[in-house]
This record gives sequence, C-alpha cells and structure tokens, in this order.
Amino acid sequence: MSVLVYTESEGGKFKKAAFEVASYAKEVANMLGTTVTAVSVNGGDASELGTYGVDKVLEVKNDKLATFNAKAYADALKQAAEKEGAKVVVVSSSADSKFLAPLLAVNLDAGYASNVVALPESAAPFKVKRTAFTNKAFNITEISTDVKVVGLSNNAFGLKENSGAATAEAFEPALSDADFGVNVTAVDKATDKVSIADAEIVVSGGRGLKGPENWNMIEDLADVLGAATACSKPVSDMGWRPHSEHVGQTGKPVASNLYIAIGVSGAIQHLAGINASKVKVVINNDPEAPFFKAADYGIVGDAFEVVPKLIEKLKEFKSNNA
Amino acid sequence: MKILVCISHVPDTTSKINFTDGDTKFDTNGVQFVINPNDEFGLTRAMWFKEKQGATVDVVNVGGPETEPTLRKALAIGADNAIRVNTEATDGFYVAKQLAKVVQDGGYDLIIGGRESIDYNGGMVPGMVAAITGANFINTCIGLEIEGDTATATREIDGGKETATTKLPLVVGGQKGLVEESDLRIPNMRGIMMARKKPLTVVEPVEAGQETKAVQFEKPAPKGDVKLVSPDNVQELIDLLHNEAKAI
Repeated sequence: MSVLVYTESEGGKFKKAAFEVASYAKEVANMLGTTVTAVSVNGGDASELGTYGVDKVLEVKNDKLATFNAKAYADALKQAAEKEGAKVVVVSSSADSKFLAPLLAVNLDAGYASNVVALPESAAPFKVKRTAFTNKAFNITEISTDVKVVGLSNNAFGLKENSGAATAEAFEPALSDADFGVNVTAVDKATDKVSIADAEIVVSGGRGLKGPENWNMIEDLADVLGAATACSKPVSDMGWRPHSEHVGQTGKPVASNLYIAIGVSGAIQHLAGINASKVKVVINNDPEAPFFKAADYGIVGDAFEVVPKLIEKLKEFKSNNA
Repeated sequence: MKILVCISHVPDTTSKINFTDGDTKFDTNGVQFVINPNDEFGLTRAMWFKEKQGATVDVVNVGGPETEPTLRKALAIGADNAIRVNTEATDGFYVAKQLAKVVQDGGYDLIIGGRESIDYNGGMVPGMVAAITGANFINTCIGLEIEGDTATATREIDGGKETATTKLPLVVGGQKGLVEESDLRIPNMRGIMMARKKPLTVVEPVEAGQETKAVQFEKPAPKGDVKLVSPDNVQELIDLLHNEAKAI
C-alpha cells in the first residue's frame, strides 16, 4: 500500500509545491490507514520532507535526469508506485507535473483527476473535488480504477507540519532509451523572478495602464511584495507584455494567496482564470468595472496616483514588519 | 506529412455556467459552442504547415451529432477531412482511447490537441494519446517547427520556456503561442461553402473503459461585497490585507 507523492525540486532544493503535495499525501494516507512514500529526483535533503509527514523517501540520483524529462520521470514514478504497491499517487499542478501525469496514469492503468482542491470526500468510492469550467465551477469526480493519480492545485491545501521519519532509500529505476525520445536543448528561465505558478502574490496590470512604458510601477509593486507580475489578455495581445504573463481562461491560471489587479476591467475570461486566488484586490478608476464584483478589496481611483502611494506605504510596512 | 488536430467542442468563453438534473449535468441551454481555444491555436499552426510545407490536415472530435457544426467550422478554416467518433466523451481516458484508434488507423505523423479543454480542464487527453500510441509528447507547446521527421518544440515551463528536439510521430498539447491570437482565422464565405462538401466521416467507438466520472457539480459560493477603500487612504488597504485577510 502507501500513498506515493512526487516531490519536485529545483537546483537540488525542494519546491514549496513539494511540501504542499507531501502535506496532502499525509492526510490521504491517514484516511487510508497507510504511510507516505515520496519520490525525489536529484532532490533536496530528505529530512525536510519528514516535517510534512513523509515516512520514506525514494531518492533517485541520475545525471540523465538532470533536466526534466516527462516520459523518463513518469517511468521512474511508475516503477516506484509498483515497488511500493501505491494505490494513490499525488502530484502537483506545476507545468512538469501536468506534463507527466497523463503518461503516468496510462502506465499505471490509473484514473487521473487534475486540479484537485480538497482532500477526498470519501476513500471508497474515491471521490475528489476539482475545479472545472476554468474555475467557474467545481465537480466531484469519482475515480474508479484500483490505482488513482491525483493532481493537487497549487496553494489549494497549504502546508501542514507533521512528523515523519523520512527514511532515505536509494532508488534506481530501470530506464530505457525509449524514455529519452525528447531531448531538451535549451532552458530559458528567469532565475531572479518568481514565476506566476509558484507565487504567493501576483500583481497584474491591464489596459488601464495605457502603455508598456508604465509597467515600472507594476514591477516596483511586485518587488516590494515579492510578487510575480502578470497581465490581462489585451495587454499581451497588443505586445505590451510577453504572452507568458497573460493570465485568464486561455492564459495561465492563477491560484495565489493575493491577486492585485491594476487597471484590469475584469472580463469574465480573466476572472475565470484568477478566481482560484484567495484574496483579490482591484484598483481601477471605473467604479462600474466588473472586477469590483469579484474582488474582496477595491480602490476606485487613478492607478497612476494610487499605486505609487501604495508602494511607498508598503515599503514602510515592510521595514516595520521585517 | 499527415496531421491530425483533435478538436474539443466546448462552451464559448463568455458562457454562463449552469447545471441541471440535480447538478449532475452541464446545462447546455442557450450555450454557444466553439472550437476549444487551445485546439484552435493548434489548428491554425497545422494550417501553416499545410500551406508552407505541404501537409494534409484532418480534424477529429469524440462526441454526438451535435458537435458536427464545430467540426464544420474547422473544415471552413481549412482542414481537409473531419472525423467524428460517434460516442459520448465520458472521460479523458475514454476519449484518448478513441483518438488513439483514429491515430493508428490514419498513420498520422503529428497529432495536435489543446493543453486542456476549457470545460472540464482535465489536461490529460494529448498525453494519454501519446502514451497509448507510443508517440513522443510535448505539453504546453508554444512553438513548433518540423523538418523531415524531426520536430523542434518550445514548451512553456513555470517561469520560462525550454526548447527540445524530438522525432515524429509526435503528440502536442498546444496553447496560445503556437500561433498568435491575431493569426487565428475567421472562416470566410468561400471556406464555409467548401466545408459543406468536405468529407465528415462518422466512425463508431472502440471498446474502452471509463476511469473517472464527474458525479456532481457545484458553483462557487456567492462572494460578499467588495470592501472599498478611499484612494487617499492606501494605508487602510495595507492594514486590511495584513490584519483581516492575512495576505501580507
């Protein structure tokens, strides 16, 4: 038995999402009366996972896996799941996890539910709540296969400290040439910026900012908050900001703790994409902007006056609360 | 090159989402259906290959007769043939099994789907088709070039992108970036007329299990009113975010 969890790392350190999926896996294991085994590929210090309830860590150290490779990673996870007799495999909602999860599900003859936002409603039948219709609704999905793959939404469950032995054990999956049909030749990643997927706070700008030259204040605000920057669809369509910043129904989903929208009117497609964020703030000079109906806090005012004041006050706040 | 574009028939992005039958079914009443936006980026990229490099482009959907207008729209945009697998799309795995059969029968080199449909957001069909057929797979694909039997693909990763090379046959989970929004095509009258004469083949499903089932739907709880703060008192917003929302 046991619940298997894929704990992702970057540069030899576990990502926050790894601790979140571990926390979730621990609670699922409690429901099923079993233990948690993590799989770590060239990952961090196994004992860190113990803090979140992991009992055993299968450590894969393999230079061929230095760069993420969905098929090879899925193969390694499949072998780990079989070795452990895992009935539930938990992965995150990172780009990498969403890449490998369908491959893993087919390998294990497992049903897969993505974007899961809560603990299983019941273990038998195995039912989980997930978002659908791009956050305009939830659905309860029943997975009827013997082995289940659960993809947990980022920031949906949070971190829960627990005690686990986190006994490290070397694990060497048998990988074949067929696992390496896709060869990564270049990775282009901003290392100095927090990504939208990993961010606790996202600051987003819309057409109300009037032009790309005005994005300094969005970036300054993001810097003060340690936030990622994002933008609305028209802004990316007009080329003011890169597509990778476009959030909304056809862009990136956002599930941050705090989402601050500046000069974004709040089209239904935009709201759908960011709706999973916990606290939403809007700053817009149009009191009729639909975003005010979706937000928790709002300021009706000129962004060019409000945002610089906000940055100044936040700097004071940060230095007082450091 | 033979390209297959997998088309999901989904509610328009502006649709109000409601449920019927005790919240067990999506209410299609008054809903306009469209080509899934992520699939449409892929279809448009496929048209580029057809026009620039020479390729045939087929489109496929798994669904009942009500999805045919969506396939006809894809034909009007320029696809050559349409295939409809005549069965209800019950879950991602079941759909992937149907598509894998179409892929194997048609001997396609490149199979493009969307990274996810905007209705169920499962995000699993392209990957499962790749796993079932043994093809290579690139997800969240934002750039694709083909030269002979080699593909160079750019994938969006968290906080950046990566480039990879691989061989055909290849399955791609596509999204915006494969082509720009401004490259999307609105079918013209000639395209619509021609689409009526293009073949739309209906095939019967293969036997396949269903692994997951959406048993119940719910809408998010209604939200309370927005708390407005004066633009002259941004400190209050900071206090609220810190003390009340505990978000900073």
